[in-house]
Amino acid sequence: MLHRYPKRVTVLLLAGLALLIAYPAWGPAVFGESSAFFMEKLTLMLIFALFAVSLDLLVGILGLVSLGHALFFGLGAYTLAMASPDFSAASLWWMLPLVMLVSGLVAAIVGLLVLRTKGIFFIMTTLAFGQMLFYTVSTSSMTGGTDGVFIMFRPSLAMGETPLIDLDNPLTFFYFCLALLVAVYLILRALTRSHFGQVLDGIHDNEHRMQALGYATTGYKLIAFVVSAMIAGVAGMLAAMQYGFANPAQLGWHHSGEVLMMVILGGMGTIFGPILGAFAYELLLYFYEHLTNHWPILMGLTIIVAVLVLPKGIAGLLLDPPGRQASLLGRLGGGKDNLAKGRQTSASDSDGKSVGKSAGEVSS
Amino acid sequence: MAKLTIDKNLNTDNTPSTDNTPTTDNTHRRRQASQSSRRLGPLARSLQAATLALAGAALSTQALAEHDVKLGLMLPYSGTYAALGESITNGLKLAIEQEGGSLGGHGVEYVTLDSEANPSKAPQNMSRLVKGDGVDVVIGPVHSGVAMGMLRVAKQTGAITIIPNAGLEAATNQLCMPNVFRTSFSMWQNSYPMGQVAYDQGHRKIVTITWDYAGGKEDLAGFEQAFTDAGGEIVEQILVPFPSTEFQTYLAQIASIAPDAVYTFFAGGGGVGFVRDYAAAGLNDSIPLYGSGFLTDGNLGALGEAANGVQTTMHYAETLDTPQNQAFVSAYQEAYGEAPDTYAVQGYDAGKLLAQAYASIDGEPDREALIAALEAVELDSPRGPVSFSASHHPIQNVYLREVRDGEHHVTSIASEQLEVPDSACPMKS
Amino acid sequence: MDLAFFGVQLLNGFQYGLLLFLIASGLTLIFGIMGIINLAHGAMYMIGAYLAFDLTQRLGNFWLAILIAVPIAVLLGLVIERLFLDTLYKRDHLYQVLLTFGLILVLNEAQRIIWGGDVHSVALPEPFTGAIALTDNLQYPVYRLFVAAVCLVLAGAIYWIIRHTRLGIVIRAGAVNREMVEGLGINIRTLFTLIFSVGVALAAFAGMMAAPLSSITPGMGDSILITCFVVVVIGGIGSIKGAFFGALLIGMAETFGPVLIPSLASMLIYLIMALVLLIKPRGLFA
Repeated sequence: MLHRYPKRVTVLLLAGLALLIAYPAWGPAVFGESSAFFMEKLTLMLIFALFAVSLDLLVGILGLVSLGHALFFGLGAYTLAMASPDFSAASLWWMLPLVMLVSGLVAAIVGLLVLRTKGIFFIMTTLAFGQMLFYTVSTSSMTGGTDGVFIMFRPSLAMGETPLIDLDNPLTFFYFCLALLVAVYLILRALTRSHFGQVLDGIHDNEHRMQALGYATTGYKLIAFVVSAMIAGVAGMLAAMQYGFANPAQLGWHHSGEVLMMVILGGMGTIFGPILGAFAYELLLYFYEHLTNHWPILMGLTIIVAVLVLPKGIAGLLLDPPGRQASLLGRLGGGKDNLAKGRQTSASDSDGKSVGKSAGEVSS
Repeated sequence: MAKLTIDKNLNTDNTPSTDNTPTTDNTHRRRQASQSSRRLGPLARSLQAATLALAGAALSTQALAEHDVKLGLMLPYSGTYAALGESITNGLKLAIEQEGGSLGGHGVEYVTLDSEANPSKAPQNMSRLVKGDGVDVVIGPVHSGVAMGMLRVAKQTGAITIIPNAGLEAATNQLCMPNVFRTSFSMWQNSYPMGQVAYDQGHRKIVTITWDYAGGKEDLAGFEQAFTDAGGEIVEQILVPFPSTEFQTYLAQIASIAPDAVYTFFAGGGGVGFVRDYAAAGLNDSIPLYGSGFLTDGNLGALGEAANGVQTTMHYAETLDTPQNQAFVSAYQEAYGEAPDTYAVQGYDAGKLLAQAYASIDGEPDREALIAALEAVELDSPRGPVSFSASHHPIQNVYLREVRDGEHHVTSIASEQLEVPDSACPMKS
Repeated sequence: MDLAFFGVQLLNGFQYGLLLFLIASGLTLIFGIMGIINLAHGAMYMIGAYLAFDLTQRLGNFWLAILIAVPIAVLLGLVIERLFLDTLYKRDHLYQVLLTFGLILVLNEAQRIIWGGDVHSVALPEPFTGAIALTDNLQYPVYRLFVAAVCLVLAGAIYWIIRHTRLGIVIRAGAVNREMVEGLGINIRTLFTLIFSVGVALAAFAGMMAAPLSSITPGMGDSILITCFVVVVIGGIGSIKGAFFGALLIGMAETFGPVLIPSLASMLIYLIMALVLLIKPRGLFA
């Protein structure tokens, strides 16, 4: 995305960052004895934010809605689980590249197949691949099947024999996740503002035009897909590191649906929106669960209402507050302008053949 | 005898629990208490300050509690497994009610948290109870995948945890720890006795069938071990994709193999679907059906006549003809207006286990003392006598039951005071 | 595999495939004509089954229960369409996916509040309580044959309506060009409401028909939903004919797969879907 954000957004993001950095100063005062727990919760939100940001690259920037992104999240978690030695800590110097390599490699293969499809077919094929890995992991005894698997020791970060930072310390791990999120955010922001980002943006708007201009769009999409998967894999690895546990549920399509919700709630296509979305989603969930055992109804209604009245998410509110007409960013987040393009239709003719514009092109 | 047609559904991977009825006296034997003190985590915060002044006073009667005991209930209250979570909670609260609403003189405060039966959220939920809410004891979960996530945090924090259902073997074997107890069963414990039963009833070639998931496979392993040790042969093991309930293709497969009998593990909707389809295909006329108790438990109403003649093994039957069980069933019926199920018993025993342990502690009920007290408890449960092994698994009877006219008839004790294999547990000296 | 066994499995695959078609047909109609991805389709299947159970208990008659349950399902579809979907037609699929994802949460939890978490069943209805012998030790319930027949009749009816009736012409036209249809003086909104209600009712009807066959449990719609999506995508989204043959293909795969290649049984249908999309990215009949 080429747009500069208004100053208030930058200020807000920096304020949020400062607040997080300063958590040790205010957390105990606010949460008392539960402060350690809330820091854990924040760490988890940071990890989900990383996951959501990775999906935004596909959904928001490229316009490809994936319902199987948890595949890569789970892949990161299980790569760590499988590659970790039983009785000692693995080295993060190895694990981080390994997770990225595995996620990237799988993404390259899956991407070659799924990127042939568009729109609803893309949604469905990503779902299918996600389910394939889900069942592979669920039924394999190597991965502990449906019960999941423990990672006994959190990977360590050392230079030679000297530990650099102690990831076993919850506060250190919190900062580590925060730093990773900030780094990924900055990288993605730079990426979307680069020529590469312009091409992705162009593909989002009109892939045929980009092809006509001589761009090998599939290659661009594949690179974006792989990058997105690598980030998701790292997020999954962090999640597995936090509690030392990996489970097939992390791969399931419900998880993919949840992260999609975080992206939309926050505002897609803005990179920073999904971060807010991840925090908002988790906070809402926490609140609803305290409220009633029938919280799924509240969560479901929230999702419905958010879709109906807040299609551009929280970021949309920030960028384009009600009452102010800022069409500049209108297409961010698939707002009305984008949506007005709408689907052309797909149809059944009498003998059931699809006619007209294929559904597949509709959402591109 | 209460007749039960319980309609609790259990889905895939949970199974019933054990429960212990309260013993009101103090004849607990102290066993291997020292073993449990190996790993002391920083828990038990709220109990530390308690009752110094009262130390030495008899707690079992009416010692004034300076500190309530905080019980964290991490059970499913929404979604598919919610009925199980409710049964366990009911049983637990009934047990503590019967103790005057206190544990060894301490008031009780409940913190409930919906586990959603979602394993990927299990560690954070457990962490919230232990670190966020500061509970003294966690009770949960139903689902084995969730149990894995909880155990991970239980290991890190040393939180005292009582598992009132999940039957994964590892919890009291490879992953056993001093602070984790189970009042239910393991998949192996319920299915192992059936191997000998099936052999003794004259069957030599058997087909086994379950869902392709951890709980089902552990259950089959127990049966297959006993059956092949006795001299029988497993001619085919069929694994159905989880959670499919479309069984026609497998029934045709079984019919074409025509074994002496079929042993199965399915639960909840799968149990109802399988037993009904099996009967509808006419297979029960020529090939007797055996199963783990979860096949029919809580399903009798939905199963109707299809379940007639099905034999299962289980650590409890609502029709057990003992005074303890009759007292429990009528107390539960009175309190909640419905018949208890296995899950309720497991919750009830978790409550009694805690009550007896707290009552037996002389002095400060800190973490170490509590673990030692828990280990020493022997329960006079509705399901029969229950004590705990070195790996903190219930040593209990497993009953052979046959369904007749919508009721479980207890045919015999298939295995008396059965102990589960736990050689991989480091606590086993 | 001997011939009798093969024949039995063929019958099983055919019957299961037809039931899948019944559920998937509503999904593909709604998508093909309205362009809406309805993730809550599986939840409607579940609600159909619970309605059949509940009303059969109250009324003591399965057929009467269905007679009442179908209009309830249509009404529910109508309410959902009017309340939530109105604004979604022009939006990206993404929003439809999310909104109906939210609907799943609401409907599943509503089910639990209304009917609880217990497993239920419905007895085989008269006059289809019998069974016919297939081999010397295996019978086949007549009701399964009846369900297969109902599915076949419905498939034929849907095909005929779309192909040969005035309504079918309007539907087809509306799918291709809404403005044109409106120009003809037909209210497209009403048409869409009708299609959605009928599509959703088809799922609920499938749940009712399936109720006596299996068990009725919370969340029973979730796994069937994904299977039906596979069916629809393989057949080509929006294609009734595609849904029919896709359903039969998946029915056969789920029947023969576990016998022939048990190790791949749980992911077989996803493999097939991936393969089909690799060769024909828009499905077999698109």
